[in-house]
Amino acid sequence: MTIAEKILSNHVGYPVKAGDLIICPVDGVMATDTTGPLAIQAFREMGGKQVFDKSKCVLVLDHAVPPPNERIANLHKMMRAFAKEQGIKLFEIGEGICHQVMVEHEFVKPGDVFIGADSHTPTYGALNAFACGVGSTDLAATMMTGQIWLKVPESIKIVCSGKLQEGVSAKDLILFLVGQLTISGATYQSIEFAGEAFEDMTLASRMTIANMVAEMGGKTGIVHPKGLLLDYDFEVIEPDENAVYLQTFEFDVSGLEAQISAPESPDNVGNISQWEGTEIDYAFIGTCCNGRLEDLQAAAAVLKGKRIKEGVRFLIAPASKSTLLDAMNDGTLQILIEAGASIITPGCGPCVGTHQGVPGNDEVVISAANRNFKGRMGNPNSNIYLAAPATVAASALNGKITSSANAS
Amino acid sequence: MTFVYGDNIDTDRIIPGKYTKTLDMSTLADHVLEDLDPEFSKKVKPGDYLVAGKNFGCGSSREQAPLALKKSGIAVVIAEDFARIFYRNAINIGLPVLEIGKHFINRGDQLSVDIKEGFIKNETNGESYQAVKMPQVMIDILDSGGLVEYLKENGTYKL
Ligand code: SF4
Repeated sequence: MTIAEKILSNHVGYPVKAGDLIICPVDGVMATDTTGPLAIQAFREMGGKQVFDKSKCVLVLDHAVPPPNERIANLHKMMRAFAKEQGIKLFEIGEGICHQVMVEHEFVKPGDVFIGADSHTPTYGALNAFACGVGSTDLAATMMTGQIWLKVPESIKIVCSGKLQEGVSAKDLILFLVGQLTISGATYQSIEFAGEAFEDMTLASRMTIANMVAEMGGKTGIVHPKGLLLDYDFEVIEPDENAVYLQTFEFDVSGLEAQISAPESPDNVGNISQWEGTEIDYAFIGTCCNGRLEDLQAAAAVLKGKRIKEGVRFLIAPASKSTLLDAMNDGTLQILIEAGASIITPGCGPCVGTHQGVPGNDEVVISAANRNFKGRMGNPNSNIYLAAPATVAASALNGKITSSANAS
Repeated sequence: MTFVYGDNIDTDRIIPGKYTKTLDMSTLADHVLEDLDPEFSKKVKPGDYLVAGKNFGCGSSREQAPLALKKSGIAVVIAEDFARIFYRNAINIGLPVLEIGKHFINRGDQLSVDIKEGFIKNETNGESYQAVKMPQVMIDILDSGGLVEYLKENGTYKL
């Protein structure tokens, strides 16, 4: 069995294999301020009275926080009222991005099946869990029944041998892999990430990897647990020797360079040298992909004692309140602010184009996020390049796309 | 009318994130596909078909994407294949979707579509297509008119 087959078998109580249709009990469900209001409405329309388990349903205000207008303020209000009525946890404005807080607050653990009404829910594959994204009505149904119908996915195995070079990060690796597999390369499938390159990765880096499974169309993506360190004890789930994979990809990543994803699709990826020198107007670090402490530290290492280029703006949205506090306590924030960064409320920030830093016409953005579709940040006439946090910082410093190795 | 678009039409292009935070679904139809085809929302009429290439609906989990298409009057979305969350969402809200693989359908072609049988005839060039069969649970959900109605009727899932 693959990891996905094992986790799902454990949940339904009998052995399942790829292609089987199952009704699976879940360990947790989550919705945000983009998907929650519709889910609450659907829950009521379905005749839902009480969620299946108060301790397993969570709402997060993160996509448009603080609310930029009365319409969204009222949606937040509706979500608070629902959370209070049902006695479920709601993460308030500024507590962080849904995927970050689910992991930090241990709503999802290794071996779990977790359903989130957000496409980047596969992020929890970093924890050796089966996590997949759904829309609002599916979420409502799961909140009501505690179950979801699923087709057990086939699995793709990606083996990366070799260690990443100094200055090359998990983001560079996953951008490379998205470029290789393409935006639809894993549609309906589960990805297993294995090999030396992942073994010494921090939890944060593993989250960056699993996060962009969404950009390959995957249902879920699970990082092999070897080397995974958590604050609590857990049982690891490994695939069987004779597990069946639809495809196996092998890459030696020891010589991998920093990567860039150019407009207007995350799989439009190449070595940074192809784009070095492209002028930028706006740099952004944050999101569920790269807004964690190690990402802010990587930016600070590039910017220490320096100032970003005049005329460039640089926004940082920490992934959570605890990220913000940690970055404050260890001096990272001071370095970044002195270098010219503006810090905004922990949450999704400008990632999804709702507020807080929409780019102007013809402006060029370099972002540590996971998506650069046309119009993603709120303006279809701007261009978004995706990169690792160190590259974003180096580019802010020089006013043009720059590898952190060449930052001066 | 048959509207035809290419591969990898993502949810940001179907309905930009800035419009999704609402419960007033009629406003979604005003902005549907506006970054891809600004004319679409003005021209689309109830019963029209939307045809696309590969991986239609990739990107976000926003159910507002199929909802916006449904509210605009689109009767069925036909594509070579679909991104999985979009596919589930469309069925869940009662918007039929048909996956037919490689096709030769052009903007403005006359189509006859039997949604139940998943059969499409392109009257303009004579080609016909049989859509991939959905799992029974999805057929049942679509027959009920969506997941809300399905669960109202059944209380839980049945395989
Ligand atoms: S940070 Fe961006 S990609 Fe992540 S959940 Fe928020 S809007 Fe989605």
